[in-house]
Amino acid sequence: MTAHAFIFYVFAVTTLAGGLMTVISRNPVHSVLWLILSFLSSAGLFVLLGAEFVAMLLVIVYVGAVAVLFLFVVMMLDVDFAELKAEMARYMPLALLIGLIIIMQLAIAFGVWHVDAGASGRIAAPITGIDNTRAIGLLLYDRYFLLFQLAGMILLVAMIGAIVLTLRHRQDVKRQDALAQMFRDPAKTLAILDVTPGQGVTAPIEGARQ
Amino acid sequence: MVEFFTQNWLGIILLTLGQCLLIVVPLLVALAFLLYADRKIWAAVQIRRGPNVVGPFGLFQSFADFLKYIVKEVVIPAGADKTVFLLAPMISFVVAIIAWAVIPFSDGWVLADINVAILYVFAISSLGVYGIIMGGWASNSKYPFLGSLRSAAQMISYEVSLGLIIIGVIISTGSMNFGAIVRAQDTGWGLLGWYWIPHFPMVFLFTISALAETNRPPFDLPEAESELVAGYQVEYSSTPFLLFMIAEYMAMVLMCTLTAILFFGGWLSPIPGLPDGVLWLVLKILIFFFIYSMVKAITPRYRYDQLMRLGWKVFLPFSLFWVVLVAFLAKYEVLGGLWARWTWGV
Repeated sequence: MTAHAFIFYVFAVTTLAGGLMTVISRNPVHSVLWLILSFLSSAGLFVLLGAEFVAMLLVIVYVGAVAVLFLFVVMMLDVDFAELKAEMARYMPLALLIGLIIIMQLAIAFGVWHVDAGASGRIAAPITGIDNTRAIGLLLYDRYFLLFQLAGMILLVAMIGAIVLTLRHRQDVKRQDALAQMFRDPAKTLAILDVTPGQGVTAPIEGARQ
Repeated sequence: MVEFFTQNWLGIILLTLGQCLLIVVPLLVALAFLLYADRKIWAAVQIRRGPNVVGPFGLFQSFADFLKYIVKEVVIPAGADKTVFLLAPMISFVVAIIAWAVIPFSDGWVLADINVAILYVFAISSLGVYGIIMGGWASNSKYPFLGSLRSAAQMISYEVSLGLIIIGVIISTGSMNFGAIVRAQDTGWGLLGWYWIPHFPMVFLFTISALAETNRPPFDLPEAESELVAGYQVEYSSTPFLLFMIAEYMAMVLMCTLTAILFFGGWLSPIPGLPDGVLWLVLKILIFFFIYSMVKAITPRYRYDQLMRLGWKVFLPFSLFWVVLVAFLAKYEVLGGLWARWTWGV
């Protein structure tokens, strides 16, 4: 077994084990942590394929941003584990049925699968003289520019939708205006007074706090 | 002998291990003295003496602290999630160390000379959040949890603008390799050829974002002593705490190094004619570290909502605008291609 194959199996086993533990782990926070391990090892698989740009994107986007949000949400949840387990027993037959159907579909799909003799040679595209970051950039921004822009538009619509759904203008809340706070003039709001004991003070400045 | 280290797999592993040690050991020793320097500078600004008992001028203070941390008892709270609790500082520490694998200390002095070095550092530094969230959550206590939430939100916010600032530099260079970025600044004009002139406003944005990203004052809200005791580290003692602290300072030195490489020419000498070399990089790192220490000493802490506002409403739009601007300046080779260094063939 070459070193390359050995590293491949290490990453592959870690990916699968991480995925499995994500499903069967009892604590949802642990599940997310296993999921992150799975992401990281699949990034390792991409590096082995020579797709280092995709690997880094996987880590930055999924591990660095998406999984952090998962973790935030899961940590905030107040989960009753006993209740969850009871639920699981109730839905077990249905889950097994769905799993069985998917396995059968996969069996049907892969049963007629046959690999072309020259396919293995075409898996790794003969990229020479150009690193894959540049290659992806040329494809995305030149050949598939319109599709790329459309994908961006769809994401923008989704984002605006999420903002519209959660935006509320509440009138009964006191808001802070950072600019007004920064441009507040101390001379207009502060005064140093020499107060003689036993005598009160009247506000020397309009609106100043006493 | 050479064949053993380049052909045999055992030799390759040994060579890589040796190179790793060659980076990590000097780094940790340097960190001990940087910690001391940080405390001394802070003390000097406040007209105090700072550490001055252990060794001459207190030089060995960090080593004494190190010993103290090692020999103390590890206290794990009863309600804590033990595995995650101990995993968190280890993740922080490992992540802080492995980012150094792609940093070039001089021309060719780099452990892994990969194409996407900048993205690698960025990806690794985004992993640093996990050590903090996991530490805060596993402690099973309110203050650490609040501190870790603050910290994570802050780090994610400033990562966005850091990434956009880096894109400007990538556009100017046409490569994501640190070596290529430094070589693109080697124009023969010394310090006038470095990226700090064409990318001038971004130097400030990068430094401030780096301060926020590493949770340094004035953005040290995650461990605001007067409000949150010590943030996500409250329940930590002994070696786990030491790992957190080393990770924090390591991330800071890494940010100093990134500033030096991206905007101030890495190992290049500022004066044309003087030899380039690792000493210049070290000098630049020290200067930025001094600036960080001074910022810590002389600025008051930010309010949390102002921090978020600064990150999302000021830094993000400005750096995004800068990316678009640099793209135009590079495309049309304005000022003879000052922003398009690949056209100069350096």
